[in-house]
Amino acid sequence: MATITTVAAVPRVSASERRKRATGRLLVWPAAIWLLFFFVFPLIIVLIYSFLTPDSIFQVRGPLTINNYVRLTQPTYTGVIWRSLQTALVTTIISVLVGYPLAWFISTRPKETRNLFLLMVVIPFWTNFLVRTYAWLFILNDNGLINSIVKDYLHLVDTPIQLVNTSFAVTIGLVYGYLPFMVLPIYTSLEKLNFRLIEAVYDLGGNDWQAFWRVVLPLTLPGVLAGCVLVFIPALGAFVTPDLLGGAKALMMATQVNDAVSSPTGKPFGSALSIVLMALVSIALLIYFRFADRSETAL
Amino acid sequence: MTEMALPDDAPKVISYDKRKLNNDMSIRRVGKVGLAITPWIGYLFLWLPIAILILFSFNVSRTNAQWQGFTLKWYEGIFAGQFGSEARFNTLNLLASLQRSILVGVLSTILSTVLGTSVSIGLERYKVRFNRVIELLLYLPVVIPEITMGLSLLLFFSFSFSIIRQISGGAILPGLSLVTVIIGHVVFSMPFVAIVVRARLAGMPRSYEEAARDLGANEWQTFYRVTLPLLMPGIVAGALLAFTLSLDDYVVTSFTAGPGSTTLPLFVYGLIKFQVTPDINAISTLIVIASMGLVLFSVLLQRRRA
Repeated sequence: MATITTVAAVPRVSASERRKRATGRLLVWPAAIWLLFFFVFPLIIVLIYSFLTPDSIFQVRGPLTINNYVRLTQPTYTGVIWRSLQTALVTTIISVLVGYPLAWFISTRPKETRNLFLLMVVIPFWTNFLVRTYAWLFILNDNGLINSIVKDYLHLVDTPIQLVNTSFAVTIGLVYGYLPFMVLPIYTSLEKLNFRLIEAVYDLGGNDWQAFWRVVLPLTLPGVLAGCVLVFIPALGAFVTPDLLGGAKALMMATQVNDAVSSPTGKPFGSALSIVLMALVSIALLIYFRFADRSETAL
Repeated sequence: MTEMALPDDAPKVISYDKRKLNNDMSIRRVGKVGLAITPWIGYLFLWLPIAILILFSFNVSRTNAQWQGFTLKWYEGIFAGQFGSEARFNTLNLLASLQRSILVGVLSTILSTVLGTSVSIGLERYKVRFNRVIELLLYLPVVIPEITMGLSLLLFFSFSFSIIRQISGGAILPGLSLVTVIIGHVVFSMPFVAIVVRARLAGMPRSYEEAARDLGANEWQTFYRVTLPLLMPGIVAGALLAFTLSLDDYVVTSFTAGPGSTTLPLFVYGLIKFQVTPDINAISTLIVIASMGLVLFSVLLQRRRA
């Protein structure tokens, strides 16, 4: 009796439904398998490496150890981690301060010229990243544009000012590289803004500052937050900019990872550092999702 | 009783606080000046470095950024075949690396476009098991630091190569090559294709596809005649993005490239790390002109289609 009811309860899957599921599998699996093999497995290997002991012949050997992580607490490496966080944060703040007025300017242009001004932000961003970083190297280095103006034309200093190989140069390069990531989401949220709300503020006796601080900014906060996360995350893990503009004097986490893994016995330590980098990125993302949820419910 | 009546203490004449008005007007002036200046500083910041780079590719002086007169000799050097002081910096190597970059770009774009488009159709239009896991898998590569991805691929490849070597008893000796570079590029560009295509799919009402089915089209005909044409702008945008990302990538490529698979970014990086000279300004200028040309071309193409 019981067996019969169970059999009857099993939903009958029609032939077309079964075919549809097969098609779905066929569409999804190739990409999933690709990512499983070339993304998930490699990450697992990094995680395992970070707990192994370096070996001069086989690169790594057992037993499992947390020494690689313990080494990260040395002042040299905490300094690098701290500098990375600081640089990424300053980069994000400068990007907001420059990017918000820029996005405001674009969104208040007449419709015909708006796309042109938007394109003017995006085009430099589409040229090769290395070339754009090189442009700053050319401007900031010891024989570069700024030094030749200050030293050779204005005779303000005798020796070149140290601009390249500093955190300052790295920050400029990062802002330059990621500014469009800030402008675009802010612009998108400004475009959705109902500008009559500002008139309402005036009618209620508020001034421009109150209109911005109490109405415009809260309504465009989702765009600002999205921009912040889009700038902060790549800035934290940046390699090219700190390597070219910061050199050995302004090491960030990615350049430190690269230095570590270039030596034959450095792979486990480099793996541990890149796991920490990944963890910091995840924390930043989690904070963003918390804030994004709250700002959306606040609206 | 009447709600409309003004309270007794309401002023008969509308008055204003003069101090508040002055204050508000000064805030407005500051805001106006600030908003008039900052955007242009932003634009100057974005464009000036590129302009300076191009200007100084015509400078006579080799050693520093002092303008000493106009010359075309750096471009002549490039077209004549040699630039910089080292033998490896010659035009043949530059062109070979450009060729490799284009090959890698085209192949990885095709692969990531096909994979990314099909996975987004599968997730959006079909019921699939583990769809949340697959979504997570798709979006993770976007946020993972490039250096972590590069290192993980390097460790993965050397691990699998050693296994292949042992299994085949040393008969097969695989190594890093353009193939491993392409595999890596597909990992980071496929998610971007999927995001763009899925956004397009999500905004596309199912009614078109349902209408096609009602009119007797089978699944394949519906896809080929209805879904695919409607999806095309998304697919093209995704493919362009994938190609740009591939052409621009240095970090992942540097970990996955073997000897003899130097791409354009690897070549340019070697140059930049080695020296800052007008030769490199000239090469950079050529790259800027080529990429701006491509951008303008694609913008015009999209405008014509629209």
